[in-house]
Amino acid sequence: MAKKIMTVDDSSSVRQMVGLTLKDAGYDVVEGVDGADALAKLKASPVDMVITDLNMPNMDGIELIRGLRALPTFKFTPIIMLTTESQASRKEEGKNAGATGWIVKPFKPDQLIAVVKKVLG
Amino acid sequence: MAVEIDTSAYVEEARELLSELEDSLLELEASPEDADLIGRVFRAMHTIKGSGAMFGFDQIAKFTHEVETIFDMARNRVIPVTKGLIDLTLEARDQIRAILEASTGGVPVDEEESVRIIAGLKSLTPEGGGGAAEVKVKRGPAEVKGPVPYRIRIQPHKDLFANGTNPLLLLNELSDLGAPFNVVANLSALPGLDELDPEACFTGWEVFLTTDKGENAIRDVFIFVEDECDLNIRMLTPEDGLTQGEEVKKLGEILVERGAIQRERLENFVGHQAPLGERLVQAGLVPKDQVQAALAEQKIIQEKREQQKKEESAASVRVPSEKLDVLVNLVGELVTVQARLNQTAALLADHNLQLIAEEIERLTGELRDNTMSIRMLPIGSTFNKFKRLVRDLSKELGKQVEMTTEGADTELDKTVIDQLNDPLVHIIRNSIDHGIESPAERVAAGKSAEGRVHLAAEHSGASVLIKVEDDGKGLDVERIRAKGIEKGLIPPDGDVPEKEIFNLIFAPGFSTAAKITNVSGRGVGMDVVRRSIDALRGTIEVDSRKGYGSTITLRLPLTLAIIEGLLVQIGSECFVLPLAAVEECVELSRKEVDAAHGRHMINVRGEIVPYIRIRDRFQVEDAAPEIQQIVIAEVDDRRVGFVVDHVIGQHQTVIKSLGKSFSHSEEFSGATILGDGSVALILDLQKMVRFVEKEETDELSGPRAA
Repeated sequence: MAKKIMTVDDSSSVRQMVGLTLKDAGYDVVEGVDGADALAKLKASPVDMVITDLNMPNMDGIELIRGLRALPTFKFTPIIMLTTESQASRKEEGKNAGATGWIVKPFKPDQLIAVVKKVLG
Repeated sequence: MAVEIDTSAYVEEARELLSELEDSLLELEASPEDADLIGRVFRAMHTIKGSGAMFGFDQIAKFTHEVETIFDMARNRVIPVTKGLIDLTLEARDQIRAILEASTGGVPVDEEESVRIIAGLKSLTPEGGGGAAEVKVKRGPAEVKGPVPYRIRIQPHKDLFANGTNPLLLLNELSDLGAPFNVVANLSALPGLDELDPEACFTGWEVFLTTDKGENAIRDVFIFVEDECDLNIRMLTPEDGLTQGEEVKKLGEILVERGAIQRERLENFVGHQAPLGERLVQAGLVPKDQVQAALAEQKIIQEKREQQKKEESAASVRVPSEKLDVLVNLVGELVTVQARLNQTAALLADHNLQLIAEEIERLTGELRDNTMSIRMLPIGSTFNKFKRLVRDLSKELGKQVEMTTEGADTELDKTVIDQLNDPLVHIIRNSIDHGIESPAERVAAGKSAEGRVHLAAEHSGASVLIKVEDDGKGLDVERIRAKGIEKGLIPPDGDVPEKEIFNLIFAPGFSTAAKITNVSGRGVGMDVVRRSIDALRGTIEVDSRKGYGSTITLRLPLTLAIIEGLLVQIGSECFVLPLAAVEECVELSRKEVDAAHGRHMINVRGEIVPYIRIRDRFQVEDAAPEIQQIVIAEVDDRRVGFVVDHVIGQHQTVIKSLGKSFSHSEEFSGATILGDGSVALILDLQKMVRFVEKEETDELSGPRAA
């Protein structure tokens, strides 16, 4: 069965780009429009992996990661954060919150797939 | 919010400082001990550097900084003020000036010049003694470093899982980097079951991986977890596994080094009978996983060591080349005698003798192939020599040229390689001098300022193709045509194909260079090249597109000593045709000759093939047989037939040169001695075709010209 990945971003174009890339690579994709939306959806239905933006309204990415790690279901789930070059400190913050890894924006589809393969197998 | 900074003030100031710098340096040359002067030189450079960086002249700042660093040593009396130092500093001053002018719209500067000056200056310092100028030459894709064994120790922190990391995936990723790949788990930190926290990571791993991707590729695998585990990556060299006695390290040694056991405890243990590792584990002195890891390390080192030994022993035979020449001559003699033995055996019809003769024929063939392969050398060393040539030439001519190579491992007979050097030098000189344009011209033509000369070698049947390509301005067909007409080499009104016009550059005394340069253009070049290549029994071809560059292709035989030939008979004479060129043999009956109405053409399965009657050319008097044979060969990419009486068969041909008295008979590339002691001439098919073509053109154009 195809593995399910949630992409969380307030920008619909980023969600679409990430979503299409993952679908092309054979993954199932669900979307979250911000941290709160994602957390609610994930509590209801778990996934194999989460890819989240950091700067979002209604609960940012860091808070989402902390929230997920507090849930037994998401204790060991790979979580990848999308960061920009200038956010080295945010990267550190994200790691401390429990993120598995990161992708620096802007990225190419094959870079995204390489990272997904790296943490999800 | 880009702010336009006015740089003209800096440029003015820098110009002043540079002339001041020059004056001070010249004064310093007269009184090298004057500390005030040294100080003035230093300050001038320092100001040029400092303001340069402020106004965005980074290249000046960087270059001046390097020069200043070295001159600082002179100021501090670490190095003496010598003529050499002043010369180089003056050159550096000129270079700074050039960079300054370039950045205000002047001609681009030669980066290599900067590198050379700095390298020269550095060689004056105590650390850089003898340092030569660096040469920037890119190589073709052939250069790959061999795989290297690594030992990777991974000790994750307990909270590794808390970030959703699966260490198994990391190990999988490592295994994708190369093989052999061994993992030994380190379980020494694993607590008893009652203390075990299933959500914490207690296991460490030791990975032995042989990869050609380098240490950075290994580190990249751990990019997300570098803060969550201790990583130790080490390249294992064969020396790692060696004690002073040059023996492969014993297991105990490795364990002591890893700190798994103390030496005294180990020594108490030695002397027992069972393998050390087993006994150590049984005695509880060393944990089992530690022993396994150490054993894995030992194995890798042993393998690497053996591999290296193999390589060393393979590369260690050195023989003077004269000895090889003698060997080749002897093999040649042997081949000739063997042919005689074959013939005698056939004549005597003695079955036993024939068996022996066949056996000897087989062995001689192998011996010949082996001997020839010993003389084969990769052409790479010759290519490397040209890198320097390209660098020096391009500098002399004020051009920027990058040389790339391909197929440097292509092997050729040593004799061929030796004789190839001069013609190739000529061709490359020509490419750079006449082909590649000056940087300004190139940029104006929409090309990159840096020109390219590409040297490539590859095998093609029994020949080797060597190509010299440049992306310069190409040959000017019209100018060559005009010159050819002027010299009477081609008819003024004739429709001469482009390829033949290009070939005119090989005519003696032919040069279209408007002015004679130091390097080439005196009109003695390409005809000499043509002659050298002919002497090697090779061919040369030019192809060119105006504005896009030229390609010169050399086709050379693999070897000059022994070839496979096809022995044929015409009348009572025997001839040898090089078998590599032969494609097939067909019959030619008198009926077909009559049907062709005097034209020398034959229809071979629908394809019209022209043929040359060797009988006519060499005026063999005996009558031709009713059915003759046509040997069809590929000459200059075309199929041409050669009419003979009989095809006798394949013949190992030891090439003997014809000597000076026969040097005018160009249709022959040599002679060989047959089994019965008689001599057969070896035909040079290409030359024959050219001769016949020339004769025919002369016949055709003769009446018209008259």
